Amino acid sequence: MLVLVVITALGFDFTNGFHDTGNAMATSIATGALGPRVAVAISGVLNFVGAFLSLAVAATIASGLVDTKVVTLTVVAAGLAGGIIWNLATWLLGIPSSSSHALIGGVIGSTMAAAGGSAVLWHGLVSKVVIPAVFSPIIAALVAAAGTWMLYRISRSMTDGARKHGFRIGQIGSACMVSLAHGTNDAQKTMGVITLALIVNGTIPAGSNAPVWVITGCALAISIGTYIGGWRVIRTLGKGLVEIESPQGMAAESASAAVILLSASFGYSLSTTHVATGSIIGTGLGKKGADVRWNVAGRMATAWVFTLPSAALVGAAAEALAHGIGGTLGVVVDLIILVAIAGLIYYRSRGSKVDHKNVNSEWTGNVAPAEPEHAAA
Amino acid sequence: MNSWIPLNDLWKVVVFGLIAGAGLPALFAAGLYSLSKGPRIRAAGTDSDVLVGGSVIGALIAAICFLAILAAVGWGVYEVYQIGHPSK
Repeated sequence: MLVLVVITALGFDFTNGFHDTGNAMATSIATGALGPRVAVAISGVLNFVGAFLSLAVAATIASGLVDTKVVTLTVVAAGLAGGIIWNLATWLLGIPSSSSHALIGGVIGSTMAAAGGSAVLWHGLVSKVVIPAVFSPIIAALVAAAGTWMLYRISRSMTDGARKHGFRIGQIGSACMVSLAHGTNDAQKTMGVITLALIVNGTIPAGSNAPVWVITGCALAISIGTYIGGWRVIRTLGKGLVEIESPQGMAAESASAAVILLSASFGYSLSTTHVATGSIIGTGLGKKGADVRWNVAGRMATAWVFTLPSAALVGAAAEALAHGIGGTLGVVVDLIILVAIAGLIYYRSRGSKVDHKNVNSEWTGNVAPAEPEHAAA
Repeated sequence: MNSWIPLNDLWKVVVFGLIAGAGLPALFAAGLYSLSKGPRIRAAGTDSDVLVGGSVIGALIAAICFLAILAAVGWGVYEVYQIGHPSK
């Protein structure tokens, strides 16, 4: 059963990878600084490296959110299922929702379904997850706006072409930093869940750090997921929010990387998605005449507010089902349903395919570009 | 209320975030700017995307800027690693 949970967790990490590729690379792909496939390849490699950089977030997830004495493996599995389903659904719709919150929501939900509200360490949840979640996009937007404003001011006497050229090069550097930061924050949280599962199973004592094989496995899963690419979300972030130029891209990425790395070193589990979106909006605000598509931003904000509770509901439902059936069979049933839903979502996505060929087509209001664009691409 | 909102860490994120997240790109911009000074730019005209202007001092300043950025990033990553791997 532990094996099932670990495999499911790695599956989550994989979905995390392709959900979050956009956070690091959307701006670079949108401005043409990096070719789409090169971008995701680099992102994959750096995510792998970043995963090893800091153990702080894994510690928070493993021990700081739910009472490890009360949680069972079934609960962890159900929580993962909740997180994965939410992740896939939002991926299909091209909504850059937070994988972090999907995961945490799922685990909280299943924990509450199993053991009631007292099993959740609310203080840890609020101070290390919810508060950073609320503040980080705002801080990121602030940093990005300041950066964007400075970049345009300092480079105002340069020709448009030179500026574009120069900042495209800069973007490569900043995009790399974001991928690194992402590995540090996001691979870590799945490590935290697996560590939680190990603690709950009694394999390792409470309060331990993540074992090396866990770190490596999660790092691999997330980097492969990244490479497969999350074209849908990349499209929304790169084209749907703000039409961006290279200086903005660089400012956004640097802001994201800085905020994520700093917070991760404090052990705060951030949503890299929220931070990246905050940065992108910040660059829209920092440049005179830039146009932010607030309706897209609004749609995202709504999805975000719903993520934690929705994933929690799915996690709770999964837990109720597994518990009702009982034992290993319960978990297996959950996983079969999960795989079925995943397959359905994937099948649905083929109808409105976004890939590296049409990721940069003109934004027409929906994630999938209009047909003529696809033919012309 | 205070123990629920980690103010101490939050302001650190804001300050260091601004320094690193906005300051480093600004330094990069400054580097680009000084790199672009020089005779070649004037000769190239307003439509070109030639980046290197040809002024020696400009190039030197630019090099210092870029090296400083690399050093800052390297130091930052090192720090994150140190904080993230507390010795038991």
